[in-house]
Amino acid sequence: MLIPKNYANQMRSRILVKVVESFYKDRFETADEIPIEMRPKDYDSSRCCIYKDRAILKYRMMAAMGFTPQDETNEAKQLKDYGKEALKRQNHAKSCLAVIDIACSACVKSQYMVTDACRGCFARPCVMNCPKQAISIVHGRSHIDPSLCVSCGKCMEVCPYHAIVKLPVPCEEACPVGAIRKDEFGVEHINEDTCISCGKCLQSCPFGAIVERSQLVDVLNLIHNSDKKVVAMLAPAIVGQFPFEIGQVVGALKKAGFDDVVEVAAGADVTSKNEAAEFIERMNEGKNFMTTSCCPAYYRAAKVHIPELAPFVSNTKTPMYYAAEMLKKEQPDCVSVFVGPCLAKRTEAEYDPNVDYVLTFEEIGAMFVGAGIEIGDCEAQEFAKVSSAQGRNYPLSGGVAGAVGNLVDGKVDFRPERIDGLSKENIKLLKKYATKGSENNMIEVMCCEGGCVAGPGCIALAKKAARQIETYVAQGTNQKDMK
Amino acid sequence: MEKIQVKLCAGTACFVMGAPQIQALEFAAPSDIADKIEVKEVRCMNHCSQGQGYNKGPFVEINGEVIQEATLEKVVAKVRELIAKEEEKSC
Repeated sequence: MLIPKNYANQMRSRILVKVVESFYKDRFETADEIPIEMRPKDYDSSRCCIYKDRAILKYRMMAAMGFTPQDETNEAKQLKDYGKEALKRQNHAKSCLAVIDIACSACVKSQYMVTDACRGCFARPCVMNCPKQAISIVHGRSHIDPSLCVSCGKCMEVCPYHAIVKLPVPCEEACPVGAIRKDEFGVEHINEDTCISCGKCLQSCPFGAIVERSQLVDVLNLIHNSDKKVVAMLAPAIVGQFPFEIGQVVGALKKAGFDDVVEVAAGADVTSKNEAAEFIERMNEGKNFMTTSCCPAYYRAAKVHIPELAPFVSNTKTPMYYAAEMLKKEQPDCVSVFVGPCLAKRTEAEYDPNVDYVLTFEEIGAMFVGAGIEIGDCEAQEFAKVSSAQGRNYPLSGGVAGAVGNLVDGKVDFRPERIDGLSKENIKLLKKYATKGSENNMIEVMCCEGGCVAGPGCIALAKKAARQIETYVAQGTNQKDMK
Repeated sequence: MEKIQVKLCAGTACFVMGAPQIQALEFAAPSDIADKIEVKEVRCMNHCSQGQGYNKGPFVEINGEVIQEATLEKVVAKVRELIAKEEEKSC
C-alpha cells in the first residue's frame, strides 16, 4: 500500500478545505471557480493537462459534497448546483465508494512480466518451475504466454536475476475481498454488494481515482442553517490526530458550531464490559474461540465473505453504538455526528438509528481550516464522561483484546491473538480458524493495519498518533478500578 | 558544522494541508541528512495570514528560509542543497 500521506490524499484534504471555504463564502455560489483556481493556466499539470486536472477536481469536489461520479446525469451541471442540491437534502446520501472513471488510469491487468534483466540463462528455472508450461525462450529470452499464465508467481520467485516482476493493480491488490474489478475497458468498478467500505482502495490508488460520498456539507448545513442541537461523538483515535491537547480539539469543535462533544471511549468501556461477559459465557459453553466485533469493515467482511465465521463473531455492539445510545437517552432531540478515522462507520451508522451522521478526522480538520479556527488558540474543555485507560486504547492493534482480557481477569482461560490488518491472507487464516479451530480463544480483528489509528480518515502519521494515544492511555484509570 | 534547523509548522491549517507527511523526518530521515538536521515542530508561524494564506501551506522554515507547499521531497532537497553549499565552503 502507498504510504498514507501522498499527493493524492493530500489533494483530498485540500479539496475538503475548499468546499468548506466555499460553503462559508457564498454557499457554493462561486464553487465552479475552485478547480480553475487550483489548476490555473500556467500550472504544471498532474495529469495530461490542466483541463483534465480540473475535470477530475470537479468530481472530487462533488464527492466532498456527497455525490459520486455515477450520480452525474447531466455533464453540464455545475458545482454550484450540486452544492445547492446538497444544502436542500434532508438526509445525507447513502455512503459509498466509487471510481472516477476518467481518473482511473486503467492500470494494466495484474500480470507477471519478464524484464530486460533476463539473461536467457542455461538453468532456466522459470521454464522448469512453471506449472502451466507458459514460459518458453523467444529470441534468447524468457517469454510468458499470457493465455497460459495463471499468475502464480513461481517464475518470479525462482529467477536468479530477479528479472521477472509483478505488475500489480494497486486497488485490486489492496481490496481484501475482491470487490473492485475491471470492466472490458480496463476501468475499475466497485461492487456495492460485496464492498466492505474499508477504504483500502481509496488509500492505495496512485491516481486518486477513488472517492467517497462525504456528509460534510450536510453537517455544516445543520450547524449553520437549523436550530437543531448538533453533538459530536469523538472516536478514541482522535487523540494524536492534531498536534494539540485533546481538550483544545474539543474547544475547537465547539467553536466550529457543535453544541456538545462526547467521548466514544466511554462507549468503548461498555463494549469491553459486555464483550468480556460474553466471552466468559461462550468459553464456559465450550466454544473454541470468539472474535471481536467492533471493527465494522471486519464485521461486514465476516458476514458477507466468511459466513462460516459468523458463529464465532461476538454479538456485542460497538463503542459507537453504546456512545450514541447513551447520548440519545440523555438528549433525544439532538443530531448525533460520529467523528472518526473510519469509512466503514458510515455504513454501520446506516443500520444504527442513534447515529445520524459520520465524519472523518480529515473532514473536521477541513472544517477548522475552512472556518479559520486555530486549535492552538482554543480553550481546553473537558469531556463530560471520563473514559478508562482501556477504552482509550481501542484504536491501537491489541487494544480491544487487552480491554476484554482486563475484565475477564482470569475467570476463564484467555489466550488473545491479533489479526492486525484484514488482508487476503488474513481472511484465509480466519476461514481456517472457523473450520479447523484456533489455538487462541480471543481473536481481535482490525481491518486497518496498526488499528484505527491508521484508518483512511486520519490526518496524522499513524506512528506518531499511536505515541500520543499511549500517553493518554497512561493517564487513564484502569476500568476495573472505576465505578 | 552546525545543524540545519528545520522548523515544521504544526498549526491547524498546515497540519491539515499535509504537514504530517513531513514529520517522517523526525524518525525516518534519509541517512545522509539524519544527523545534520534538527527538526522542531512549532506553533503557527503566521505565514498563512499573508498572501494566498493557508492554500500555500504547509510551511516549513529551513535555516530561516520559508518553503511553501512543503513536502518531504522539497524539504529533503533543500537540506541537501544547504549541506552541499556548506561542504563547498569548507573545501
